[in-house]
This record gives sequence, structure tokens and C-alpha cells, in this order.
Amino acid sequence: MIETLKIEGLALQRGERILFRQLDLRAQAGEAVALVGSNGAGKTSLLRAVAGFIRPAEGRILFEDKDQAVPADDARRLGCHMLGHQDGLKTGRSARDELIFQARWTGGTAALALAAAERLGLTRLLDLEVRVLSAGQRRRLALARLIASPRPLWLLDEPLAPLDTASRALFGTLMAEHVAGGGIILAAVHDPLPIPVRTARVGAAPSGAEAVGP
Amino acid sequence: MSVVMVLLRRELSLAWARGGGALLAVGFFVAAAVMLPLSLGPTPARLAGVSSGVTWVVLSLASLLSLDRMFERDFEDGALDLLALGPLPLEIVSAIKCFAQWTVSGAPLALAAPVVAIGLGARMTVAPMIFAAAALGGLAFAFLGGTGAALALASRRGGVLIAVVVLPLLTPPVIFGGAAIANFNEGLPWVGALSLLAAYALGCVALTPFAMAGACRNAQS
Repeated sequence: MIETLKIEGLALQRGERILFRQLDLRAQAGEAVALVGSNGAGKTSLLRAVAGFIRPAEGRILFEDKDQAVPADDARRLGCHMLGHQDGLKTGRSARDELIFQARWTGGTAALALAAAERLGLTRLLDLEVRVLSAGQRRRLALARLIASPRPLWLLDEPLAPLDTASRALFGTLMAEHVAGGGIILAAVHDPLPIPVRTARVGAAPSGAEAVGP
Repeated sequence: MSVVMVLLRRELSLAWARGGGALLAVGFFVAAAVMLPLSLGPTPARLAGVSSGVTWVVLSLASLLSLDRMFERDFEDGALDLLALGPLPLEIVSAIKCFAQWTVSGAPLALAAPVVAIGLGARMTVAPMIFAAAALGGLAFAFLGGTGAALALASRRGGVLIAVVVLPLLTPPVIFGGAAIANFNEGLPWVGALSLLAAYALGCVALTPFAMAGACRNAQS
């Protein structure tokens, strides 16, 4: 349902600080875009702006389906997966309950969730409470949600960080499949992603932030 | 299963786990009510006079107990972002959260309230009225408490802040509910007071979700 993500002349502001100005970005179905930039350049803020959490100071974020605009609210609520630094998993509940909830909430089914868990090698861990899982296992559980409920736009913030080599390779395969199936990936990264990507730089060279007047 | 049920089941299980669920609120309620004869003296006539009113006030305080984590946990662990990107708007999500809170803490308190009031010396006949007032009032407490919890997001020492923000808003239901119980007890007309309580509760159910959703969006941005 989302074929194109268009970002036009975007400026984001956090508090008194302008993070970046005049950012243009276009991502088509079947494309993965890696957002690079130094710490604090605004990669996470850009992802959160696309997800609708941060209102742009200037510019627009548009979602299109076959040259027809999709209302941003619908696009975000029905077509967008966001995986940030925090995975939203409840430590006191079992991995199975959490995965199935997250999958169903975002439009998937329990069967898809269990298949996704198997794909990511989590089947054995499903009965455990989330609190006893390691950081990498939690991240894999959060990634399972991405394939358990099909949504075209993936917004990923440092998705590889806690993963081991084998899991990174597996996640690379999943991303490649998503892109091949017409999905869009926008990922903020420091380490290179294990799939072919287009790179977009966020923020200027770190020459210092501009202050803005009232 | 519809997404509403999916979310409600999760919220019920989380509300149950949060702060010991029903047992904690009811335990606090009973313990605080037991303190009363210890401080006022055990004279039955004196206790009977204040039993229903005191029950009602202690009930409103007990319903504040497990509110502080209602939105905060979801905010801290990123689940609020997930909820915001789901099929239902945050307004409905907030209402479902509050309803779950009422089911897990308000409803058991409403069941315990007549027992506590009678234990303090209220007449048996007033039990249904206390239950009705506690159930309706509990609905208002849950939704107002949720509003306080959402407003206190991203602030330190949110628990105290919630109590300070919410307590003034609890006065109307406390007044209406107390009046309904007292009038019923004395054989005076009570329908008006109970209707006002119901109206206030339903007003909270209808309006506070917008405030909660706004507060959540503000905290997320």
C-alpha cells in the first residue's frame, strides 16, 4: 500500500536546535536506504518523524501508492513497522505472548508469529519470560514481529547492534526478501547493512549546530 | 479476534501484574479502613455515622494506587511507540487501558466496599448503593487516574505528581457518591446524586481519552 516514501525539504528541530534543513529523500518500493551520519545528526529523529512522532519544523513527508497519495495517518497505522532502540517487549510476559500480541496488533496472525519465531530460531525460547532473554535474543524477538505481520515500510534504528554474526546474516536475508517483495527499508546505521543499499547522509558535516531565534 | 480484544487481553494481563493487581488495592483499602476504628475509638454509634463516608474516601485513595505505571512502563520500554503505530488511534488505546485498570482494580474494590462499610457499622440495606456508587465512581477514578498518569509521563517522581493532579478531579465523584450513599441511608431521594455520579463517570469516559492521547503524543515527540 506504500509504494513511495517522499521526504521534501524536511527540517527537524529538537528544542532550540535545528538538526538538519532541506533534507530530500525518496524511497521506492524495493529499495533499502541506509541513513548515515554522526551521533546526534538526527537519524533517529528522522525515523521518528517518518513514523509521525515528531512534527517537522519545515517540509513534508508523503506516502504514495501508485502515484496516489496515502493519508499519512493511514500509512503509519497500517503500513509501517518501527523498530527503535527499545523493543517494546514486556519483561514480565512470556516471549510467546509478547510476540503474538505484537504480531496481531500490527495486523499479523498467531500462526505467522510462530512461523516467524521458527525462522529466527526462537521456538525454544518462546515459553521463557522476556526478562531472562539476552539483548540479542530480545532483538531477534522484536525482528520476528517484522516478518510476522506484513507491512511495507520498515523503519529500523540500529537494527544490527546487539546481533551476533549468524543473526546478522539471517537478518540480511530477511531484509533482502522484504525488499524483493516490494517493501521499503529505511535504516539508521553505523555498521554497513548486509544487503545492497542506497546511502543517504543525515545532517551536514559536524560543523556545529545552529541556534534559532524565537 | 478483533484488535480491541487483542489489546484488552494484553492490558488486562499487564494491569493484573502491575502492583499485584486487585489484591494490592483491596488489601490497602481494607487495611486503611481497619485503621479507622483504631483512631476514632471503637464506639459503634460513632463509627456507624461515618462508616459509609469514610469507606468512600478510602476507596478513592485506594484506586490511585497502581496508576503511576499505567503509561510509564509502555513509554519507557518503547511499547507506546508500537501502540501508536497500531490500527487503533491512541484515544481508543487509552480508553482500553483505563477500562482494563477498572476491571482489575475498580471492580474488585467495588465488591469489597460494601463489606468494609458494613464491617464498620453501616446498615446492611445500604450495601447495594455502596456497590453501585463504587462501581460507577471507580470508572471515573480509572479514567481520571489514567489522565494523570499520561500527563506525568517523562517527569520524575510521577507517582506523587499523579496524586496531586488527580485528587482535585476526584472531588466531584466523591461528593456525588457520598451524597447518594448518605441520602439512601436516611431514606431521602438519592437518584439525583447517583445520576450526577453516573454523568460525571460517563463524561470522564468520553472526554479523558483525548487528553490521554494528547499527553502521550506530547511525551513521544
